[in-house]
Amino acid sequence: MKHSVLMHEKKDDVAVAVVDITAGTEIGVATLEGEFVGTVLAVNDIPLGHKIALRDIKNGENVLKYGRPIGHAVADIAKGSHVHVHNLKSNRW
Amino acid sequence: MDLKTYKLTGYRRENGRIGIRNHVVILPVDDISNAAAEGVARLIKGTIALPHPYGRLQFGADLQLTFDTLIGTGKNPNVAAVVVIGIEPNWTKKIADAIATTGKPVAGFSIERHGDLKTIEMAAWKAKEFVQYATELPRVPFTWDELMLSVKCGESDTTSGLGANPTVGRALDFILAEGATAIFGETTEVTGGEDLVSSRCINPTVQAAFDKVFNDYQDFVNAQDADLLGSQPTEGNIRGGLTTIEEKAMGNIQKMGRNKVVSVLAPAEAPSGKGLHFMDSSSAAAEMVTLCGAAGSVLHFFPTGQGNVIGNPIVPVIKITANSITASTMSEHIDVDVTGLLRLDINLDQAGMKLVECAVHTINGRYTCAEALRHDEFVLTKLYRSA
Repeated sequence: MKHSVLMHEKKDDVAVAVVDITAGTEIGVATLEGEFVGTVLAVNDIPLGHKIALRDIKNGENVLKYGRPIGHAVADIAKGSHVHVHNLKSNRW
Repeated sequence: MDLKTYKLTGYRRENGRIGIRNHVVILPVDDISNAAAEGVARLIKGTIALPHPYGRLQFGADLQLTFDTLIGTGKNPNVAAVVVIGIEPNWTKKIADAIATTGKPVAGFSIERHGDLKTIEMAAWKAKEFVQYATELPRVPFTWDELMLSVKCGESDTTSGLGANPTVGRALDFILAEGATAIFGETTEVTGGEDLVSSRCINPTVQAAFDKVFNDYQDFVNAQDADLLGSQPTEGNIRGGLTTIEEKAMGNIQKMGRNKVVSVLAPAEAPSGKGLHFMDSSSAAAEMVTLCGAAGSVLHFFPTGQGNVIGNPIVPVIKITANSITASTMSEHIDVDVTGLLRLDINLDQAGMKLVECAVHTINGRYTCAEALRHDEFVLTKLYRSA
């Protein structure tokens, strides 16, 4: 299976869509180094460049990308969901 | 990667510095001298006017930054000669004299007691002489260690952090290994990755200088009591999938490659040594590239996600994207397409070399997309309101 999302680090909670993804599709996940790491079922449409949750994330939890927190969840986020300004907020401003 | 096989040619200026373009600039000191400067540029082929909205009743650090930016732009090695035009003689002479320390041909004209038409006539005679001087200058060979370049991204999205920015970082790894000098910056846009930049500073003095400019700007942002969402990240960033400043910052700092930060520069300050320098600067594209040009950069790498179209009148700007939508819908703006990184068709070394090869063509005279499209954004950084 060809990858549809890429992750920066293996411990990341989110990956980035490199194509437009339709809800209900089983999609391949790869690292930037080209290692295929599995699949996830997209529960929302994810536009190219947007993020998908790779695990269930609880409201208030930090969200990892680049292996580091890029903010915290402001709602419960189910695996396979679109992650963006509606459910993720900066820890800075 | 050995870059020594590439042949580089440029213009060796009177002070020994290398430029890759050969502009004759008509430089207004202030907003009300724009009309005369543009009048000269319309008359004399091969000249370019740099109109801007400031230069009157500024004071203190804000005035000094305007002076530094105008003077630095005139001193830039991509500029062969300069005609300076101001409303009155005193500041006009100050700018012209400072540019003349490079040894390049400079002349100053002031409008009061002449009017625009006589000023344009006098300045046009000089501009004609300067163009005839400049057009006779030959390109000569030079080496990578004589190159000063700059990097700054714009309209970033998540593809910037995945592809375009790491490509710039890898190209910088290759070019700086040959002894070149580079500038990066964007003080707000390292927020969330500032610890990584700080830890890459070459010694505790540089680290303390970086921490200070970073913290000072955080204090300024906090004092505004404003939500920066929509500004940093921008609405364009958000449309492209970037959610938070931390996420944007982690993408931004990929442009550093594996390099250490050797100094922290004030806005428009020229680097004093080789290697990678951090400039305290805005993330607004045209302001930042203008400051880099004033600091002496002769070539700019500009990775973009959603498709920022910026250029600069004296510094060629090379655009790089890893976003397939941008590469196909805005292809006239994109010099280097690294969408293959996201398809995993090419690796980062290959992407970096693709950018290096585009840089070589640009150095040797080929216009970038932004040059061909007349993207001549010259934007002064304003620190606070005028008197």
